[in-house]
Amino acid sequence: MEVPVLKQGQFLIATVQAALTDEDLIQLRIALVERVVVARSRGVIIDVTSMDVMDSFASRTLREIAQMIRLRGAATVIVGIQPEVAFAMVQLGITLEGVVTALDLEEGLAYLNQAFKNDS
Amino acid sequence: MARGNERQEKVSVHSIVRGAETSPEPIGVLLRELVAHLRENRTQLREEWARRITEAQLLTAMSKDEIFAEATAVYDQYVEALETGTFEALQAYARSLSERIIPRGVETHEVVGIVLLLRDVLARSLFAKYQADFTKLNRILDAYEPAANRIANTVAVGFVQERERVIRQQQEAIRELSTPVLQVRERLLILPIIGVIDSQRARQLTEQLLRGIRTNRAKVVVIDITGVAAMDATVANHLVQTVEASRLLGATVIVTGLSPEIAQTLVTIGVDLGKMNTVGDLQGGIEQAERLLGYKVIPIAATTYDESTKRV
Repeated sequence: MEVPVLKQGQFLIATVQAALTDEDLIQLRIALVERVVVARSRGVIIDVTSMDVMDSFASRTLREIAQMIRLRGAATVIVGIQPEVAFAMVQLGITLEGVVTALDLEEGLAYLNQAFKNDS
Repeated sequence: MARGNERQEKVSVHSIVRGAETSPEPIGVLLRELVAHLRENRTQLREEWARRITEAQLLTAMSKDEIFAEATAVYDQYVEALETGTFEALQAYARSLSERIIPRGVETHEVVGIVLLLRDVLARSLFAKYQADFTKLNRILDAYEPAANRIANTVAVGFVQERERVIRQQQEAIRELSTPVLQVRERLLILPIIGVIDSQRARQLTEQLLRGIRTNRAKVVVIDITGVAAMDATVANHLVQTVEASRLLGATVIVTGLSPEIAQTLVTIGVDLGKMNTVGDLQGGIEQAERLLGYKVIPIAATTYDESTKRV
């Protein structure tokens, strides 16, 4: 299932749905990096509000996405991790080390706007 | 009823030994006779019982009228249980009675006491009625005693179960009270922890905090543990997890008030202190939080009003 990616000015917003397979995650990584290049985006928001479980593969893929996007000079923010999911993740020792996280879309955009303002 | 037959067996042997001419009645008949007697003499037996309760100085937390009202209900339930041989109604009544009287401070020994007194009062009235016929009295008691014991048991157990339920409820309430999540500024939460934290409380704390972060859209949380004397490695790990989970929701955590003992524990278990943002005391923690959020606090006295420019 393809993850919808929308363009919002200088930023891209990818909204993840509930049941995401490993394949879907890899596709997302490929698609996002490509779109960042084509649209010359300065930032990407990945909204995982609908994700009710985050396993180690998902976490690793998200970290990879952030690293690859940073190599393109852009920032990534993961938003919308649910309290229950966050709780389960820390218990399993799954961290999103080195990845910026924010509460929701609004916060994510605020962060990117701030970072973008600081850069220019 | 098997038990009944057993009794009949025993009773027949009993009457043969005694040389009684009359054939023994079945248990059912005896019970009905018993119940009829108790209903007929309801008023005076109930009064006698209420009198004995006051004499024994039980249910002092309740007024005379209340005692009489409850005594009436209990008496009727008692007789009903004797009559039907079923105890569900009595159990339900015992629980509802307990629910009413436990908050009034009525103790277990009082409840057991009054039920036993009723048992005595009814037994005495049976002695009085059947004193001329010892054999008959024995048979009536054979019917009465097991049922009366079961009733006492049911009421006592019902009372104790209700007490346990109340205690559990209170424990839950205390736990909730002890970990309030407080918003002190826009986007700033404080979680003051006091007392002993065990794993369960730590987990509950984390859940409450994460929910609070989402509800209040907090960007900074100050967790103050001044009121926590010590923490074992497990709970310290819970604290670290709480910090990490909060970050996943986009909030920064500042931990304040670490005692020397807790600082030692954290170092010993090898916590990555780079991950933990700590400040000595709550005041310092709030000040740092405000800085992170872009607040600046200026005392009013320090500002001076410039008359010429009409500005502060």
